[in-house]
Amino acid sequence: MKKEEVPQDDANMLEGKFKVVKYALNENGEYVKVPSVGWEPENVALGQAWDVINERVEQARQDVLAGKASPLAFHMEKNMMDEALLAKHMDLPARKVKRHLEPKEFAALDAATLQRYAETLLTTVEDLKRVPDAPSRPISSDKT
Amino acid sequence: MSKPKVPSSSGDVSIPFDHQQSAHCESGVISNLMRFHGLKVSEPLAFGIGSGLFYSHMPFLKLNGIPVTSYRILPGLIFKRFSKNMGVEMKRMKFRDQDKAMAELDRVLDQGLPVGMLTSVFYLPYLPQAFRFHFNAHNIVVFGRKGDEYLVSDPVMEGTTTIHRRALMRARFAKGTPDTNGRMYYPIVVPTGADLKTAVAKGLKRTARDMSNVPIPMFGVKGMPYLAKKLRHYETKLGERRAKLFLGNIIRMQEEIGTGGAGFRFMFAAFLQEAAGLLGKPELKKYAMEMTRIGDQWREFAFEAGRVCKGRAEASTTYGTLADRLEEIGRGEKAIFKELAKLPL
Repeated sequence: MKKEEVPQDDANMLEGKFKVVKYALNENGEYVKVPSVGWEPENVALGQAWDVINERVEQARQDVLAGKASPLAFHMEKNMMDEALLAKHMDLPARKVKRHLEPKEFAALDAATLQRYAETLLTTVEDLKRVPDAPSRPISSDKT
Repeated sequence: MSKPKVPSSSGDVSIPFDHQQSAHCESGVISNLMRFHGLKVSEPLAFGIGSGLFYSHMPFLKLNGIPVTSYRILPGLIFKRFSKNMGVEMKRMKFRDQDKAMAELDRVLDQGLPVGMLTSVFYLPYLPQAFRFHFNAHNIVVFGRKGDEYLVSDPVMEGTTTIHRRALMRARFAKGTPDTNGRMYYPIVVPTGADLKTAVAKGLKRTARDMSNVPIPMFGVKGMPYLAKKLRHYETKLGERRAKLFLGNIIRMQEEIGTGGAGFRFMFAAFLQEAAGLLGKPELKKYAMEMTRIGDQWREFAFEAGRVCKGRAEASTTYGTLADRLEEIGRGEKAIFKELAKLPL
């Protein structure tokens, strides 16, 4: 890949925070580091991975709204976790976490456990007990 | 070894650390850390000496239900092999207790030594959100502390950044594949007269050997036709949606920012170019160009694959033609690594 061939396909995946570097050939045929704002196939693959996450998060949100799952289910999906990974972070058996995904069991949780869940899932106790009114899709394949 | 100034007793530490941006985190951290200790190795050299290039497609090893494809050796191995080949001694530690892990970090920083560590990308708030998955093998260097903020050299970033103590603790103690366990490391012996030539030759030979000799079809140059065979039937076996997810993952390949199949090939080509000069073997330049050509083929593959994922491909591009491309790449890599393995260095 020549320097001028280094892709500059911006899908805002880097949020303008920085450019990445790629190795490419300069005019003398020597390898140099060249900044890049992104590359179409990588953007597409990333967007695609986020579509799957967004879908799961939204499904969980709907389940919570329908009373089929506790809000914990939503926050777990939002953190891209499954019961097993969340259980590991909480130092709890996975079957317990699974139980807490049921509205009734979740409602009976003590303050300390709620606090630990909130910290683990990067939220507050208050927010842990509810889900947003609208779906959120921070990143998606729309712009790729 | 350069002797950095021991910081004042105020509790703040700022070690003069020369951060240089790299394409990949592990090779970048090696290059940056070694330069601090007076050993100048570029990122491609670190990558090559550490025999970082590899290929594997493991249909039985799945992440989020999708088989893992990798274009490099396992995380951590580049560091291990580099150190061994260069006679560098590293102090490595892991912890159960988070406070102890932070106390040890502080203690080493107080000695004026920058510290490398394993983190989870998901818990690094300074990275763009799109990249923040539970990828638990991201290497960064911490080189100071200001109140509750730690000074960070993240090799994939243009400049240095900071992270709050609490966030850093999370990133150091993420669970998953693998648990990060607060792993940290720093060089304790960096030889002044390291035999760079021998190290380069060793690293190169090992890559060539591992790529061409592993008898299992999932690994090395056999991995590409192996995946190609599966790829050919993705759509019929998996259905359109899952086929696209599997294909997208081959592009994304559980990597972090800015690398990828082609990325590692270009970095290896850059290594071959540097090796040609260091070893006085101009023929290696020819191989560097050949590797570049293969890197370009990987790029074209990813480009076409991306279009298929997005449903934007030309009618003539199918899973079958993608598989053809992959087989061709496999033939190219087989040829070059076979020759490199035989090359007297």
